[in-house]
Amino acid sequence: MAQRIDVAKTWKLFIGGRFVRSESGQSMPVRHRRHGTTVHLCRGSRKDLRDAIEAACGARDGWAAASGYLRGQILYRMAEMLESRRTEMSEALGAAGNATPARRLAEVDAAIDRLVGFAGWSDKIEQILGGQNAVPGPYYNITVPEPTGVVGVLPPDRPALLGVISMLAAPLCAGNTVVVLAPESHPLPTALLAEILATSDVPPGVVNILTCHRADVIWHLADHREVNAISAVNLDEETLAELRRRAAESIKRVHHERLTAPAWAKHDERCSPWCVEPFLEMKTLWHPAAT
Amino acid sequence: MDARPIDSIMLEQRAASFTRRSIKEAAKRQGLKMALSMVDLTTLEGADSPEKVRAICRKAIRPWDGPMDSPLPSVAAVCVYPNLVPVARDILAGTGVRIASVATGFPSGQYPLEVRLRDAAEAVAAGADEIDMVINRGAFLAGRESEVADEIREVRSAVHPAHLKIILETGELGNYDSIRRASDLAIEAAASVGPIRDGEVFIKTSTGKISPAATMPVVLVMLEAIRDHYFATGVRIGMKPAGGIRRAKAALHHLVMVKETLGDEWLTPSLFRFGASSLTNDLLRQLIRLDRHRYMAAHDFSEA
Repeated sequence: MAQRIDVAKTWKLFIGGRFVRSESGQSMPVRHRRHGTTVHLCRGSRKDLRDAIEAACGARDGWAAASGYLRGQILYRMAEMLESRRTEMSEALGAAGNATPARRLAEVDAAIDRLVGFAGWSDKIEQILGGQNAVPGPYYNITVPEPTGVVGVLPPDRPALLGVISMLAAPLCAGNTVVVLAPESHPLPTALLAEILATSDVPPGVVNILTCHRADVIWHLADHREVNAISAVNLDEETLAELRRRAAESIKRVHHERLTAPAWAKHDERCSPWCVEPFLEMKTLWHPAAT
Repeated sequence: MDARPIDSIMLEQRAASFTRRSIKEAAKRQGLKMALSMVDLTTLEGADSPEKVRAICRKAIRPWDGPMDSPLPSVAAVCVYPNLVPVARDILAGTGVRIASVATGFPSGQYPLEVRLRDAAEAVAAGADEIDMVINRGAFLAGRESEVADEIREVRSAVHPAHLKIILETGELGNYDSIRRASDLAIEAAASVGPIRDGEVFIKTSTGKISPAATMPVVLVMLEAIRDHYFATGVRIGMKPAGGIRRAKAALHHLVMVKETLGDEWLTPSLFRFGASSLTNDLLRQLIRLDRHRYMAAHDFSEA
């Protein structure tokens, strides 16, 4: 029998619920450390980013209007899909570093638990962060959190899966739509995550994933007036200052944290309502009390 | 009138070929500005109020209020229902932005001829510079072409000296052969009333109420009818695609098609228009991106 030829996967961008090649036609080689091979990923361009933001805008109202209960179910579904692709994801993590199989699986499991955690928060955030305020007078004064809108997510290189899952799920569970720029040096787990999202009932456009060189697109993300917030970690001071300066033009929120790799494993800290709160706007209503 | 059968495969291929031009930077900027200057900013809803018409008139004069390195043109015209022409007149008088009014029982045209003629004449009396009439598609499809032609002649006489745009409603005509025939019919009927100055008569694809509206092959058929009429008589008929053109890129594709079918003479608002509402904001968005290197949000622009 003739020898079989391996069928290699074409890695693509995930925009508007579809897997698309980069408009630029460019690719970026990534070394798969375990297999010793080179994987070519699409190198997302400014126009791919524009398309992703357009898709996120299109999905914004629908996702924000979905009930927290439904969003929670969909996040839980993501956890289910990741569970069924545990070994595949562990392989992808292997491309990114030399962790032992056991540690890689542990990271996948932690990521699954993180998704389940945020799935639980989606229909409770409103009660926990909103509420009725005491006011002197015959009024009800009620604070309701609402999603900020389109959030650009810049996850860390490490942990390559747990980082992106944590930073993706927080704005998502609050009803924001998201554009993720995959970690530049370890993009494979994020690229694989797109395939999980595609089978998790996440409405098209709610999550968009670009593999790219950050320098190609980060300033376009910061300048784009349709983006309402940016979530980033561990940026160098210069980049962070420039990001804040550009974001200010359209009064984007920039949420930035400095986190060491082990910090991501602390579930209670990284899966708390305070991780969601930066991507919410508080609306306060006055209403006359019935007498 | 000779029948001119259309080769639909070649037509569609040729129309698609116009979408594959690379238009960047300076040429893009020029094209976008030209497209903006050709827009008939349109509102044709049952819910149109005087204030909405005032809003779009102000937008027509000055499409964007923010800072720009080079000034933007006004749009070509505002297109409204006859009732709202006086409202538009109050704001647009003396600005160079023309007032177009749909008439003759828009959008269906299914009214007695005298009602349609009065509709058109009253819109002109109220101050419309241009009348967008609908043809009687029922009669055309039933084969009563001379009736359609007679009606076009009567409307042209009734609205003179206002300019006339003849809406074929191509989405209801069925095939390219019919669209070509209706185009020839409309042009010849209008021309038979009296001499046509360049741009005094337009043919227009659609009302915007029927889908599909202005597709590129349909527009190409109509451009070819205009071209053949020009070769035969030397008279330049105008063209107005309307409905379905929402993106700046689609507008540029149309400009390429006009240039390569009719030539540079037609690249002017007096001979080519876009009937559109949401197109304006996308044109602005792209122009501002070229100018300020950033994408604007939908909420940066007025709706009208």
